[in-house]
Amino acid sequence: MHEMGIVLHLAKTLDETAAEHQLTAIGKVVLQVGEVSGIMTDLFTDCWEYFKGRHPVLKDSTLVIEPIPAVTWCDSCKRTYETVRYGKECPYCHSGETWLLRGNECVIKEIEAE
Amino acid sequence: MKLLKLDACVTASNDRDADALRAKTKACGTLLINVMSSPGAGKTTLLSALIRALPQLDIAVMEADIESDVDAKAIEALGARAVQVHTSGMCHMDAGMTTAAFDAIDGPPPDLAFLENVGNLICPAEFDTGAGKNLMILSVPEGDDKPLKYPLMFRESDALVISKLDARPYFDFDLDACMARARKLNPAVRIFPVSAKTGEGMEALVQWLLAETAAWKEA
Ligand SMILES: Nc1nc2c(ncn2[C@@H]2O[C@H](COP(=O)(O)OP(=O)(O)O)[C@@H](O)[C@H]2O)c(=O)[nH]1
Ligand SMILES: [Mg+2]
Ligand SMILES: [Zn+2]
Repeated sequence: MHEMGIVLHLAKTLDETAAEHQLTAIGKVVLQVGEVSGIMTDLFTDCWEYFKGRHPVLKDSTLVIEPIPAVTWCDSCKRTYETVRYGKECPYCHSGETWLLRGNECVIKEIEAE
Repeated sequence: MKLLKLDACVTASNDRDADALRAKTKACGTLLINVMSSPGAGKTTLLSALIRALPQLDIAVMEADIESDVDAKAIEALGARAVQVHTSGMCHMDAGMTTAAFDAIDGPPPDLAFLENVGNLICPAEFDTGAGKNLMILSVPEGDDKPLKYPLMFRESDALVISKLDARPYFDFDLDACMARARKLNPAVRIFPVSAKTGEGMEALVQWLLAETAAWKEA
């Protein structure tokens, strides 16, 4: 399962961050998740709730997920459009020469800790 | 409580593990190649053909395909060393798992180690395994539009093997269009159209592997 693998890495990255900054407890973790990152938010949160208990610095933390809308760039008509609504084909000129500008990221934006 | 702005990739810890594995394989002179494709594209068949075509190299295969240990047995029958990796249902290999698999190879470090990643065109491309080179296989029956649907893997690959070329008469696979799409995503990608069944195109791939293996030991 995809979400589980990512949660394991998130927990490990946070453990390392805590060690580096000498943090004893992380309270809030703000994660930015792109609309087409392939991460299912509910499943991700469930995995997080399950795994955080195994990490002493994370056990009382809460996960806040900020969605990032996906935007596609059309290289033919040089416009942008909503990826989820229109997909790969540009709604203006029907070109397929289009690229995802943003929306597939999964980034730890910030944490609250002591 | 204080606020720390991180803007860190969720998989930052994986990226560190991956760099450590690359440094380790560099030091011991083993080129590690991460082989990715959808299930059934022909990873095991291609690796078997390459082991036969490269008797001058000491080769090991780390087998992470979810289905049993059938694949590792097939590889060992050809005289290469094989390690069966248990991914516990994970849809990709990460650098930590790859390091454990690499450490489980018996005997001296091989010249070339292949990681047969889990059959999947999405997730494996998102995790740096620590390999020196990434190789993806796209088989003719999957269609020439795959670069459009799974751009990340095409971008991350150093080599693209277009496999099952012998099946071209039965599919409307446009080889030129597929290569153009792949190059648009990744101008530096090396493309090898092959058939592991008939041997067509295999020589160019074998030569590339020999050159890359030698280059890895030098630099
Ligand atoms: N016609 C043809 N079939 C192939 C070729 N390579 C693999 N196959 C067949 O494709 C199927 C899946 O191959 P396999 O190597 O197990 O794929 P994997 O799941 O990616 O390891 C098997 O039935 C192979 O015999 C090829 O070059 N030509
Ligand atoms: Mg296989
Ligand atoms: Zn357009």
